[in-house]
Amino acid sequence: MSSLAFLNIFKQRKSTPAQQGSSLDRGILVFENTSEVIRAEAILKEEGWDIRVMGPPPGIRSGCDLVIEIPLIEELNILRTLQSTGNPPLQVVPVSSPLLQPVDLFQEKDFGQHLMVRAANMKLTVDKETLTVVNVSGGGCPDVPFLAQEMVGKSLGDAPNPREIGHTLCGYALQLAYEVMKLKCSP
Amino acid sequence: MLAIVGTVPREDFPLVAGEAVLVDDGIIVNQRSVPVNRGTPALIAAAIKAGEVLGTGHPFAYLVGDTGLGHGSRHLYEYLTDRLKKASFDCIAFHYLQPDVDWHNRVLFSVEDMKRRPALVADAGFMYAAKMSGQAKAYDLFTPDAGELAFLADEEAPHPFYTRGFMLHEKDRVPELIGRAYQHGNGARCLLVKGKQDYVADQNGISALVDHPSEEAMEAMGGTGDTLTGLVAALMASGMPVKDAAVAAARANRVAGSYARPTPATQVIDIIIHIPRALEEVLSQGGHTYGQGIS
Repeated sequence: MSSLAFLNIFKQRKSTPAQQGSSLDRGILVFENTSEVIRAEAILKEEGWDIRVMGPPPGIRSGCDLVIEIPLIEELNILRTLQSTGNPPLQVVPVSSPLLQPVDLFQEKDFGQHLMVRAANMKLTVDKETLTVVNVSGGGCPDVPFLAQEMVGKSLGDAPNPREIGHTLCGYALQLAYEVMKLKCSP
Repeated sequence: MLAIVGTVPREDFPLVAGEAVLVDDGIIVNQRSVPVNRGTPALIAAAIKAGEVLGTGHPFAYLVGDTGLGHGSRHLYEYLTDRLKKASFDCIAFHYLQPDVDWHNRVLFSVEDMKRRPALVADAGFMYAAKMSGQAKAYDLFTPDAGELAFLADEEAPHPFYTRGFMLHEKDRVPELIGRAYQHGNGARCLLVKGKQDYVADQNGISALVDHPSEEAMEAMGGTGDTLTGLVAALMASGMPVKDAAVAAARANRVAGSYARPTPATQVIDIIIHIPRALEEVLSQGGHTYGQGIS
């Protein structure tokens, strides 16, 4: 092997992983029409988000012929921003697999005095008598310890809604567990 | 020495790097204190307690405040990219960080430039980024729970939130999901799957199963997975082979849990205080061989 070929292999090692992973943590906002895309782009750029407008990838069957690429992990925060300005998207999908849907399967575990609901990687546990949130567990994004800190010890009715104070997909999963728990605990 | 990289749930907590000590119910790094309740502080506290038994000293912590906005995590990623290549550690445990594939890859490159490559453990958000990047094989250990294992097994999912339903649908599919994770290149060299039963596995299959003592309430508690990751990282930093460390840590975490007599409302510090006694007990019994072997 020539020394040049060796150097090329080394160069390849340095660049390949970043290229492989470049779109895997990105998501796409789909809108009804291009005016909404342009408005959303301006709002998100104003807020400092790392986004770009692009054509829709194959597999997107709704919306107009422009979409906005976003950091998918921060979907909850981005959706909140767009909803607060009256410009919510039709849907959000992962770039890598546009047909994937948010988790819709929930596991419940009854500990007697306590009930736990799990959505994807997030678990919420409530005292069935007092309806106090006693634990939040699972998850891997940094808003999970923050959400736990804000919710544990408060009643389901008084605890902040994860949709309002969470920022990531883990926060979104906790929101789904929270909604199921509220249904389970409603009279 | 063990290094631990993670976040604390406060936006105003600055980036700190230094030896971590446990004082009462709080971790102190560079004179900054943070309570131990779950997340990376719980991981650090467990590692400190394990270090007391192993005689390996205090872990080195890289911490920053982040409540999910990602600013702190990205600041820490940038810091690590500059500094890690000049550092020397036996093991690095990456934990609650905003998953970001590009920054993950830059940090991994920095690790590869270290003079002596440490053992690498990834849990929580950093494990998500490691999977998404296609770099799982660069790690010695992942420590997923059941939901996260389904995510590792789902080659299409960019986050556990998008794990396809058929992966989550049936109970007791852990062995199958472990196989699927490795089939798609999404398993680290070793997996420690946390749950009702803790599984230790590699690409050749499940090598050990630890299921007692069993405290059902620990599943609902925040932080019990973090303490397990802290324990196994401390054992790996002491030089114990990864699979032995995984079995001993799983066992010690359960014993510490049983001493705490937990309910689903118990807080993790009540378990952490029992770690020294539990780990001594497990190691004296040959803890790494205590799991039920599976051929």
